[in-house]
Amino acid sequence: MSLAEPIRYETDPAPRRAACGGVVVRVAGTRATLRGSGALWLAASRTLVVADLHFEKGSAYGVRGQLLPPYDTRATLDRLEREVEALAPATLVFLGDSFHDGRAEARLARDDAARIAALASTRTLVWAVGNHDADGPVELPGEVVDDLSVEGLLLTHEPRPGRAPGEVAGHLHPCAKVVRYGRSVRRRCFLTDGERLVLPAFGAYAGGLNALDQAFAGLFARFPLVAALGERVHVLGPEVLSGD
Amino acid sequence: MALVEPAANQLSLPPRFDAWFASRGWRPRRHQLEMVEQARAGRHALLIAPTGGGKTLAGFLPSLIDLTERPRPNTPRGIHTLYLSPLKALAVDVERNLMTPVREMGLAVTVESRTGDTPVSKRQRQKVRPPDILMTTPEQLALFCAWEGAREWFADLHTVIVDEIHAIHGSKRGDLLNLGLARLQSFAPRMRRVGLSATVNDPDMLRRWLAPIDHGPAELVLGDPGAPPVVDVLYSQGHVPWSGWTARHAMDEVYAAIKSAKTALIFVNTRFQAELAFQALWEINDENLPIALHHGSLAAEQRRKVEAAMAREELRAVVCTSTLDLGIDWGAVDLVIQLAAPKGSARLIQRIGRANHRLDEPSRALLVPAHRFEVLECQAAREAVAENDLDGDPERLGAQDILAQHVMGVACGEAFRADDLYAEVRTSSPYRDLSREDFDRVLDFVSTGGYALRTYDKFKRVIQTREGLWKVRNGEIAQRHRMNVGAIVDIPMINIRVSGGRGGGRKVGEMEESFIEQLAPGDTFLFAGEVWRFQGVEGMDAFVTRAPPGADPRVPSWGGSKFALSTYLARRVRRMIADQKGWPKLTGEVREWLEIQRLRSVIPSEDEMLVETFRRGSRHYLVCYPFDGRISHGTLCQLLARRLERLGKQPLGFVANDYALAIWGMRPLDDLDLDQLFQEDMLGDDLEAWLDESVMMKRAFRQCAVLAGLIERRFPGQEKSGRQVTFSTDLVYDVLRKHQPDHLLLRCARADAATGQLDVARLARLLIRVKGAIRHVELKRVSPFAVPVLLEIGREPVPGAAAEAILEENAAELIADAMELD
Repeated sequence: MSLAEPIRYETDPAPRRAACGGVVVRVAGTRATLRGSGALWLAASRTLVVADLHFEKGSAYGVRGQLLPPYDTRATLDRLEREVEALAPATLVFLGDSFHDGRAEARLARDDAARIAALASTRTLVWAVGNHDADGPVELPGEVVDDLSVEGLLLTHEPRPGRAPGEVAGHLHPCAKVVRYGRSVRRRCFLTDGERLVLPAFGAYAGGLNALDQAFAGLFARFPLVAALGERVHVLGPEVLSGD
Repeated sequence: MALVEPAANQLSLPPRFDAWFASRGWRPRRHQLEMVEQARAGRHALLIAPTGGGKTLAGFLPSLIDLTERPRPNTPRGIHTLYLSPLKALAVDVERNLMTPVREMGLAVTVESRTGDTPVSKRQRQKVRPPDILMTTPEQLALFCAWEGAREWFADLHTVIVDEIHAIHGSKRGDLLNLGLARLQSFAPRMRRVGLSATVNDPDMLRRWLAPIDHGPAELVLGDPGAPPVVDVLYSQGHVPWSGWTARHAMDEVYAAIKSAKTALIFVNTRFQAELAFQALWEINDENLPIALHHGSLAAEQRRKVEAAMAREELRAVVCTSTLDLGIDWGAVDLVIQLAAPKGSARLIQRIGRANHRLDEPSRALLVPAHRFEVLECQAAREAVAENDLDGDPERLGAQDILAQHVMGVACGEAFRADDLYAEVRTSSPYRDLSREDFDRVLDFVSTGGYALRTYDKFKRVIQTREGLWKVRNGEIAQRHRMNVGAIVDIPMINIRVSGGRGGGRKVGEMEESFIEQLAPGDTFLFAGEVWRFQGVEGMDAFVTRAPPGADPRVPSWGGSKFALSTYLARRVRRMIADQKGWPKLTGEVREWLEIQRLRSVIPSEDEMLVETFRRGSRHYLVCYPFDGRISHGTLCQLLARRLERLGKQPLGFVANDYALAIWGMRPLDDLDLDQLFQEDMLGDDLEAWLDESVMMKRAFRQCAVLAGLIERRFPGQEKSGRQVTFSTDLVYDVLRKHQPDHLLLRCARADAATGQLDVARLARLLIRVKGAIRHVELKRVSPFAVPVLLEIGREPVPGAAAEAILEENAAELIADAMELD
């Protein structure tokens, strides 16, 4: 990724603070709200998009003998339900890797499964599949797709290599690291150059990949805008980012 | 106390041993004979003796005698004596030293060591053919407990010797070691426990710690005290600074002291201080004296080189950290210099003991205060040493994360009945009061994770057989546990490597990841006695190049002492300030400073806590002087700031050092009800609320999670970097805190944070002490006492600074905010 031509904030994606504490940007001309939770809100079509939920990642480790607290699914659902309640979306899109592995659905606690099913009761629930959950859910309701088009944007799990105007993807779990005052803070973040958008992972136990990592090089036309999660979304320029 | 009569003539050694002592021109010392006597009576024994008193030999003599006197075995025997040392290097060194009498007396005794560095082939051979005496570390003992067949291997165990017991009992390593001793005792019920310790304040506590609880305290054997040490405080001819920690002002005098000695050990409190002092000394080293550097971050090979040069008596001085507090005796050392105040008297005595290992000659030490309060502190330390008034670790309750690790280890070794293990654990002194409920909770944690949501009942790590015995589920889980034993959690470290060119890739040493994180490419810093230019990090390596000559290092901001002023010394300092008759003993500059304080503000009495409020510029300050150490002051700052916030005082910031703390804001602070403000009830909800969000708590949780086996530190063939561990445990912490706040590991983490990183217990004592004894003065301007703490502002990062504040205030965000919608 080249720092030679950093983004100019007054032009695209032209970030603006939204009343909710999030940030509104333009992605290939479409207005998109980057929420402090890590969800994407497309207001015109009332679509809420979350990526990389990794349900039952904790119990996936547990099966192998490392007994991580098995509460990650409900922690993720707590946050997701708050977003659904706040925005009342008509469509809810899970942008792939919703389950940590092929057997994760079977390991769901009964009440967690019921909560996921309830999310589909009064709206369209779309499961875009990812590499961890290539088949989508078996029992749970909702539509299983490879990708879908919303407001002229292509919603898909894995970013295509090279430039891809109008694409919204997850998969890479971007994180931003800032070091100041003798401390460092690492936060999940959105990345966008105004052409395409990469979402942070939404799942409670999902790890992160530094925004300065090589994996992001070549995806963007110029150094992307970095929107770090928090109660308010923090827009960060390349000058404040640190590598791992 | 069942002290053995010091009637040395009634005790005797076998002729072969007597002859050996005589051949060396020695006579067995009284305490050595007494240790033999205790052994003959089959008693557990604790030997407390100063360094240089033949302590190690006293520990081994009974075993050597027993090994030569016992009848020839018909079958090969197992280990007779197990020696445990907190230092790997010490285990190896003691092996070497013990070989001398064994060889010279021609004893048919095999002595070997076993540490993490021992080659696999040798370790396997030891398992088949164990030596008579094995030197090892507490970590290896934890591993033994998790071996299948350990019970048979240790069936002949006669004696276990725990060295440097004073340095290990007050820690989680001590908990694990003690549980290991209980396990060994169940393998070999007649096993005798022997402890070796430097002088301590409370020998009875160590006696209780050493012996099994159902047995009563170990017998005490005291070595003869050495000549009292001669301790001087360096009252520098130069100006004593108001604050700081480098003692740079006194370097010429330190250099002169080195020149006057044969060999000097120069102790400092942090690695960076060591680097700075080393550089400062070489800048003025006109005579090119061989002065070396030794601290825990240097490459092991480099440390070995310094130690070897020291042993050959080739060095005149070594600048070192606590890495040399314990360890190998160096005969040539005749002066110990403590640079900046020692912070505790026990540590100081330990360090002083490194000089002159002959009992009849006094050790010589020079204390070099770094600033004015430290002049008082060094004087207090000097008096404490003269009165042998020692501070030390208090008796502790065994940690449950450690118990979890031990229970898992036992399950890997053999199937057990819960009742039996509970009874065994309760014989271990730190766990003597463990309730059955807590034990069962730990067992459930080990087996299923201890979660209210019973997800893992099908995936138990430890299962119960039909006969009701508990055992590890399978060999793979056992193997993984064995890769993760021990009570030491390493701070994430990054290798420092020279980049490119000749010698490219060479490792210079390791540094804390948290330091490397603060560097930007091009920054220069001091390490291993040289100035380096930072290039960047790749994986676990930081690449550096040598900075051009004359380049200035970027001094790290967090160079202060890692130790907090001890309660004992603090009390002495308070008394010294209150006792105005004693002021003339102090240097002119310090006396003047105290006198102006008396003039401008007040001198508090010994039991009072002074609180000063004043205005400076547009800010209002509150400065108070509890003298209770940096750590508890930091916690107090956080809690006071919360209270002031609620009172509408809008505090802007705070800072703390070992003596005082200061809080400031935009509103006057003169009209506060101070008794109310310092009420003990701040340790209730306020503390809980702040603690749960704090970085310290996350750090403590990470430690507990690793120790209890929730997070693995190593996978076969692959070392997990500290960075990855830090990351995932924070996520786990957040989730667990919301969904099961009373989980075993959260309770462990809270207990650890409260005792260690926040020192809440000490803060509680502070608040009780100052109740009704707060002396408030409103001042027109800053007082002499307030200057040192105010000078710390901006030098030290504020602990617990909000993460949000770190992300805010950047250009991009300002623009986005300026363009706010709606």
